[in-house]
Amino acid sequence: MPEPTHALAEQFDDLEQQRQASTIGMWVFLATEVIFFGALITGYTEYRASYYQAWAAASKHLSVVFGAIMTILLLSSSFTMAMAVHFARLGGRKRLALCLLLTILLGAVFVGMKFMEWHDHYQRHEVPGMGFEFPGPNAREAQLFFSFYFAMTGFHALHMIVGIGILAVLTGLALLGRLAPPRHVPVDIAGLYWHFVDIVWIFLFPLLYLVDLHHK
Amino acid sequence: MSSKTVEPVSETPVNYLNASFGLRSWLLTIDHKRIALLYLVTITLFFFVGGVFALLIRLELLTPRGDLFTAETYNKLFTMHGLIMIFFFLIPAVPAVLGNFLVPLMIGARDLAFPRINLLSYYIYAVGGTFTMYSVVAGGVDTGWTFYTPYSSTYSNTHVTAMVIGIFITGFSSILTGLNFIVTIHKMRAPGLTWFRLPLFLWSIYATSIIMILGTPSVAMALALVAMERLLHIGIFDPRLGGDPLLFQHLFWFYSHPAVYIMILPGMGIVSEIVPCFSRKRIFGYSFVAFSSLAIAVLGFLVWGHHMFVAGQSIYAGIIFSALSFLVAIPSAVKVFNWTATLYKGSVSFATPMLYALGFIGLFTIGGLTGLVLATLGLDIHVHDTYFVIAHFHYIMVGGMVMAYLGGIHFWWPKITGRLYPDSWGRLAAAIIFIGFNLTFFPQFIVGYLGMPRRYHVYPPEFQVLNVFSTAGASILGVGYLLPLLYLFWSLKYGAKSPANPWDATGLEWMAPSPPPTQNFPVTPLVAWEAYEYEKREVPVA
Repeated sequence: MPEPTHALAEQFDDLEQQRQASTIGMWVFLATEVIFFGALITGYTEYRASYYQAWAAASKHLSVVFGAIMTILLLSSSFTMAMAVHFARLGGRKRLALCLLLTILLGAVFVGMKFMEWHDHYQRHEVPGMGFEFPGPNAREAQLFFSFYFAMTGFHALHMIVGIGILAVLTGLALLGRLAPPRHVPVDIAGLYWHFVDIVWIFLFPLLYLVDLHHK
Repeated sequence: MSSKTVEPVSETPVNYLNASFGLRSWLLTIDHKRIALLYLVTITLFFFVGGVFALLIRLELLTPRGDLFTAETYNKLFTMHGLIMIFFFLIPAVPAVLGNFLVPLMIGARDLAFPRINLLSYYIYAVGGTFTMYSVVAGGVDTGWTFYTPYSSTYSNTHVTAMVIGIFITGFSSILTGLNFIVTIHKMRAPGLTWFRLPLFLWSIYATSIIMILGTPSVAMALALVAMERLLHIGIFDPRLGGDPLLFQHLFWFYSHPAVYIMILPGMGIVSEIVPCFSRKRIFGYSFVAFSSLAIAVLGFLVWGHHMFVAGQSIYAGIIFSALSFLVAIPSAVKVFNWTATLYKGSVSFATPMLYALGFIGLFTIGGLTGLVLATLGLDIHVHDTYFVIAHFHYIMVGGMVMAYLGGIHFWWPKITGRLYPDSWGRLAAAIIFIGFNLTFFPQFIVGYLGMPRRYHVYPPEFQVLNVFSTAGASILGVGYLLPLLYLFWSLKYGAKSPANPWDATGLEWMAPSPPPTQNFPVTPLVAWEAYEYEKREVPVA
């Protein structure tokens, strides 16, 4: 009861209960996300097993260097996000905002690079269903590879954009001083989400860019 | 609590219904009880829309010839009947209406953990429903509710994309509802209310929520891929382009079989509340009933391949899926035996909710046992895609789930509205529904076993007698469903005022006034007793 009431929603008894509820809520949500991407990865696995040669050839049309740089960017953004969570708990308003901004920046560069890659594929006629062309006898199966490539990276990028939106709102709130403890929990929750989206990419990078890399 | 003095009108205490007025106070409410009522109205609408399609199907099947509709129209009718009933009635019905209303009340909380997300889930449901109704009005869908590829993704010329988008969106409503319940049951229980003191309804809702959050994303992705395939022809499910149509069936049934348990588990929870109350006895084997809910949720994820016995799946996969499907019968039977054992030597009375609960037990048992027939590989090849399947799942869905839903509505109606309905009318409607239901669907077991396939608008003349029974039963069933609509509406204005605990039931929800105030409990209750202590309640509480 001596706690600052404006931080506490009325359905909760105390801030600890509220914090735990929000945290579990995000974990449950992430469990649904695992299945969401899991369904795509199931389809990916089936076709990769069926059409390995074609998928290996198609995968070589992606730039490993480009993908690696994107991976590094995203891992760095997870570091700045972790620092944001740290500073939010300590109550450092400016450092919190700075870390959030850095995270947004790294995430935005990632999404920008993804768009550049998609644009390259478009120019090379590698977009399924839109005049897809692929040299060699496996064009049909390669188109399936690119279908999954676009679906997986597309849904991932969508999650990145949502994440950037959330972080932008949090940055605004941080600058207004409205995320000072005990109201820092949203940063924790957004952090969970951001790390999850990061982990999805850690799966997508080898699945899509590194098929049969050792035979290069 | 009457602090205001000069207010002649307010002889009824402030409750969640009269706390504020106006459309805005309802459409933007974050009170779980009002959101439950928003769902109740919307879901009832969908139920009757789906019911009209069912009636048209039965009318067409009155005669062996296709005299009312063309084959194409008939395809659309059964598709839309299935889609609306499953995604917009059966799946949300108990969780979103009774679950929303009761979960916080049963655990002594003021609201769900995330009231705004709760409201959001209602609007997501409404938007999804709008897409679906658009698809229906624009001309409908003819793929069957299962959207099997490549027909749905490549060949069907109907409004599949809009329908698929509608169901994709509605899925998120389901996910958010499940998420809210899981967090609420974990974190918002009143002091002293341990897991093993929870009403069994909550164990059911918890198990249901797990399926909602872990199953729904799979069907969402499957349907998203169908939409992409339709828009871009990228070949994911098209064998001509290297795709595998069976992949869709796997992703679809990975959700849609567990979804059967989304529909039935909450019904089992309702029966577990009603049976002890009207037997005046503690439930027999509390922890077995509780864990059987979780067992059903877990096993439910391991049996989806029994929908694909004749779809070209490997025979070894078929054998394993068949064996696992048999296992589901164990926790289901545990429940039936425990309800029966609860009745044994109880002082049983037959108010309306109890009639529905008893109806549920009988009809669910028939539906469950015929499920074993279908889970048997060899037998399934004989009855696959016949009316035997239709009869089986309607015994579960309508005979089980709808009966339980109506039982729950009648059980908690006094709590929800603060009014009593005429019990004799209630019992009459329950009897009509029971008779109508059996007359509709029992003949379908026979006609299906004799070989009448599902999804055709014409059939050989020798099947006509049984189909006439079925159609006659359907019209009786229709009357049975209209009756509660009438007398429950009537009770809103003319029904006697209900006391807080009209059934003398245990459970925290009965300690709040009827209807409860917006905050549910002025003081958070302290729970120092087990669930269903009916034997200890010689003296009824005021």
